[in-house]
Amino acid sequence: MAKTYLSYNNIFSSLGFDSETVIEKMSNDVSGLDRYDNNSLLPQPFCASLLSSEVVREEFNKISDASKYTKLEQMLILSLKKVIDASSITLNDRIGLIISTTKGNIDVLEQESSFDESRSYLSELGKTLKDFFGFKSEAIVVSNACVSGVLAISAAKRFIAEKKYDHIFISSGDLVTKFILSGFNSFQALSSEPCKPYDKNRIGINLGEVAASILVTSSKKHLNSEAVEILGDATCNDANHISGPSRTGEGLYRSVNAAMKEAGVKASGIDYVSAHGTATAFNDEMEAIAFNRLGLENVPLNSLKGYFGHTLGASGLLETIVGMHSVKKNLLFSSKGFTELGVSQNINIITSNTPKTLNVFLKTASGFGGCNTAIVFQKTTN
Amino acid sequence: MTNKFHIKSYSHIKSQTVSVNGNVIFKGDDADFPNFIKSAYKYLETSYSKFFKMDNLSKLAFLAADVLLKQESLSEEENNIALIFSNKASSLDTDRKHQKSIENQDEYFPSPAVFVYTLPNICLGEISIKHKLYSENSFFIFDRFNAEHLYLYANNLLQNNKAEKVLCGWVDFDENSYEAFLYLVENKGEIVHNTEEINRLYNLL
Repeated sequence: MAKTYLSYNNIFSSLGFDSETVIEKMSNDVSGLDRYDNNSLLPQPFCASLLSSEVVREEFNKISDASKYTKLEQMLILSLKKVIDASSITLNDRIGLIISTTKGNIDVLEQESSFDESRSYLSELGKTLKDFFGFKSEAIVVSNACVSGVLAISAAKRFIAEKKYDHIFISSGDLVTKFILSGFNSFQALSSEPCKPYDKNRIGINLGEVAASILVTSSKKHLNSEAVEILGDATCNDANHISGPSRTGEGLYRSVNAAMKEAGVKASGIDYVSAHGTATAFNDEMEAIAFNRLGLENVPLNSLKGYFGHTLGASGLLETIVGMHSVKKNLLFSSKGFTELGVSQNINIITSNTPKTLNVFLKTASGFGGCNTAIVFQKTTN
Repeated sequence: MTNKFHIKSYSHIKSQTVSVNGNVIFKGDDADFPNFIKSAYKYLETSYSKFFKMDNLSKLAFLAADVLLKQESLSEEENNIALIFSNKASSLDTDRKHQKSIENQDEYFPSPAVFVYTLPNICLGEISIKHKLYSENSFFIFDRFNAEHLYLYANNLLQNNKAEKVLCGWVDFDENSYEAFLYLVENKGEIVHNTEEINRLYNLL
């Protein structure tokens, strides 16, 4: 079967508007999280990684008229534009577009929104991006809770394997809205302090907003210096609960196992795990159990939520892009917010930015609905 | 290679009617969706108490899947049936309910029981729990029924042995309009698995 690669990429976040700037900030141990006390978003203080609408608008007005686009559309377009420009690919009918998001333009449901409610349909978001860039094929929207960003990569690989497209651009994004904050808060899942994935004193999630985009291609001609090959991928359901993870990590265990099997890689062949690590009690514990069942307990592992917060439908793609840069730089990023192990089984959390020769890494994500997705990536020799 | 897989069975739920393989198995007389789906659930002897906690989209998807999967003599331990679902309105029906509960500061009552259903793929979780499917899940949003992409995705999973069977289709709930069309793809079956046949079955009722 044809090989599939991830190549040109962009991260548009509070840490910067391109991957290189973001990675530079992370190398200097900078987090995008801040404390907010904003009643119009949540009636109590919270901690999140936010992008100011004014700053996004100012940036967008350099390329087009911001008044016609929602904040999320502006972020996605700004992010995707950099990737399309860098890859120099002409958008013909062999080029696909995948949008990964959980809630899209959900903020247009707010009474004060100046946009029509029809903008809240995710297919409309797809059309807006398709039309802005002039894609010839219909946008495919993946909306599968917090695994969406990783699943979008799997989906791209699968559509390319079926020879429907030669290249696929993925753009992923979600906003921190009153909608999302109130919902996670109703689950008592939010932390008002910077989150502490896997830590003994973890108390919950921080949310974050970001747009992240990438080129998925089967052509070696379109690879950049941080390109990686997709070796294996899988999604498995826990078949257990719709809002809580399986106690045994069943779906995560199965998805990683299946991805490693397809990749032909054993636990000893994985150099780094970019895990989900939301900093809730149940999620982190479930991951520790699954990684032990997989024999991955000694592999260096981090959660990047301490830099970006949980960016929902974008998180999986965002964290994969960081993983690609990690592998290129042979640098493991610390799992920010972690000091003392707070899960029942041992896992090897990265406590400071550490140089290490990296070749193969595993990305995982888990989400509501009991879904779990895992992909094994390998550095390309380009 | 293209015609290797087959459509074994299919279901429709629309216009107060539940059908399997084109044959009506239940017709309700209540235009209101919650009442209709409840009568269908009872008539079809579904017996699954979690059903009543589900939102409209999950009830629709769950029942459309259940009428097909209960014919399959599934294992009580686990089954490798992938779910590839799609729609236009995502979870907007429940999204609007959650938004209403937070719109005014004086009536601010967000509920976790509502919020959890503000994701379209929750219905995949509900079906997976009932039928012990530890399998591939994917929820796509399209402007309209998109047989080609469902076909390609299902084909890829079956071809690469990522699933033994694939349950695919469209489950859309918006305001009081609803429509479900699901079909089961596997090796054996009368109908060839291709885009034309999928579209033909979708438009059958």
